Amino acid sequence: MSREEKVSQRELFDKQMKEFEEFVESMKDSLGLPTFPDMKSGALQWYDQRWITTRFVISVEGIKEFFDKLIDGKFVTTKCKSCGELYFPPQKDCPKCRKSDMEWVELSREGELLTYTQINVKPYSFSHYDDYIVGIVRLPEGINVTAWIRADDPSKLQIGMKMRLEIVRRKPENYITYEWVPAEE
Amino acid sequence: MARDVAIVGVGHSRYGVRSDVNIGELAWESISMALEDAGLEQKDIEYFVVSSVGGWSSEYLPAVVIGEYSGLTPKGTARVEAACASGSAAVKLAYDMVASGSVDIATAIGLEKMNESPTPTVVEFIGRAGNYFWEFHNFGLTFPGYYALYATAYMDRYGATEEDLCLAAVKNHYYGARNPKAHFQKEVTLEKCMSSRYIAWPLKLYDCSPITDGSSAVILASGEVARELTDTPVWIEAIGHASDTANLSKRDDFTYLRAARLAAEQAYMQAGILDGYEMYKYFDVAEVHDCFTIAEVMAYEDLRFSKPGEGYKMLRDGETYIGGKIPVNLSGGLKAKGHPIGATGVGMVAELTNQLLQRVEKDRQAPIEKGRAIAHNVGGTGHYAYVTILSLDRPRG
Ligand SMILES: [Zn+2]
Repeated sequence: MSREEKVSQRELFDKQMKEFEEFVESMKDSLGLPTFPDMKSGALQWYDQRWITTRFVISVEGIKEFFDKLIDGKFVTTKCKSCGELYFPPQKDCPKCRKSDMEWVELSREGELLTYTQINVKPYSFSHYDDYIVGIVRLPEGINVTAWIRADDPSKLQIGMKMRLEIVRRKPENYITYEWVPAEE
Repeated sequence: MARDVAIVGVGHSRYGVRSDVNIGELAWESISMALEDAGLEQKDIEYFVVSSVGGWSSEYLPAVVIGEYSGLTPKGTARVEAACASGSAAVKLAYDMVASGSVDIATAIGLEKMNESPTPTVVEFIGRAGNYFWEFHNFGLTFPGYYALYATAYMDRYGATEEDLCLAAVKNHYYGARNPKAHFQKEVTLEKCMSSRYIAWPLKLYDCSPITDGSSAVILASGEVARELTDTPVWIEAIGHASDTANLSKRDDFTYLRAARLAAEQAYMQAGILDGYEMYKYFDVAEVHDCFTIAEVMAYEDLRFSKPGEGYKMLRDGETYIGGKIPVNLSGGLKAKGHPIGATGVGMVAELTNQLLQRVEKDRQAPIEKGRAIAHNVGGTGHYAYVTILSLDRPRG
């Protein structure tokens, strides 16, 4: 599990796309059309001349306390006042008893590692990161929490080991989130 | 009371990187084949259900694009989505329309053109298939990553190894090499699989199904209509279905897929055959959802072909090749035949119909003795599951 990468997958991909687009532009200059033969099959392709970038706006009004507390360094979630059901991720409504009267409770910051993986081939929007480890940890409350794992030596990770939750700033986006670290570190 | 429903025609395009066709042309390959097989014309089809997930491809409303190109307009239609199990969902809806008496003939058409977008974009779309905000946005999980979480937990609990997982890839490539419609028609060795690079540790390149374009179609008819159309109807005996949480973290155990287990139990109950962990004995052949090698291992267990924790031993013992307890994925499976998301489930039913009718290539034809076959189709990471049982015998006689 190597963590070091000199050139990010994003830089590689962006470079490839730039070269490809320059090629299509040159075809368009000579033909008057954005068409080109597929590299493998030779079949004629049209390069889309319309494109969009998409970014969603998601309401967190119903669970804003989670983020307010995260800023204060606290890790909280919702518990139904009526039936006692604990939810993570936090939710505004309790489908179990169909009431919407929740209280915010603090969660344990230590748990047991249930499973983990290292993401080597990344989605485009994560392709600027080095390979990262994602794990699921079970808290004593019986709640599971998915997050990145920060480990000095990933080869020492083991299912069942104790993990500690830390509230951190995610770089380079620079927003507050949480991650797991081995309890020993 | 529900009516019996039979498959009267199937079609299946070549799967692969299909840069030679657009979406309408790709769908037509399967639709024309299915019409020909059934001896029907477009006017005979009363409703067409289209399974396609999309996002990576240009057509936002594939059902009407396919309808127009294939001459199915103005028949009623809808696109359905159940992630990688969309195809089985389409078969289920077409089945219900016929079984209920709403129509006599309906078709399910599966289609995906994934290679209209570059790979990192496709990886992004599939990675978002779970809970977007709490899993993808913050932690960048990918489709191989979700299944890798299962692989890590499974290997730790039961002592299976990366070699064991690779055995599923070796088997499915072996049969893919014998299927002219498969994306990969080349055998791979255990060494080649083991030495391939990690995609999401512990899953390697050869543990993963490829990004594939393809289409498939099945035409369903009521029992009475089927009897008029063909001497060899293949009956849909049962369809079990279930779902699981969007967030993987809401699940208790990462060594099996609860939705698949429930869907299998439901299908076995419908067929009246639920007993023990040797369920393979009821079937001649199975197509299971091997989007990743670990998924094939869990499929054996969730289908009760083995006890929990012993699925990988079936691979070690070669029990899922022709001649073993039950041949699995003689098409090459998602691993080698390819996984055009929306087409996969319909393609499984088309493949098993051809297996039961003994019309696939000889070196990948299962011996047909019991007259029953089973399809296991999972959507997302166990988010959706459908288990479909096909039979040469009419369910209600
Ligand atoms: Zn409640």
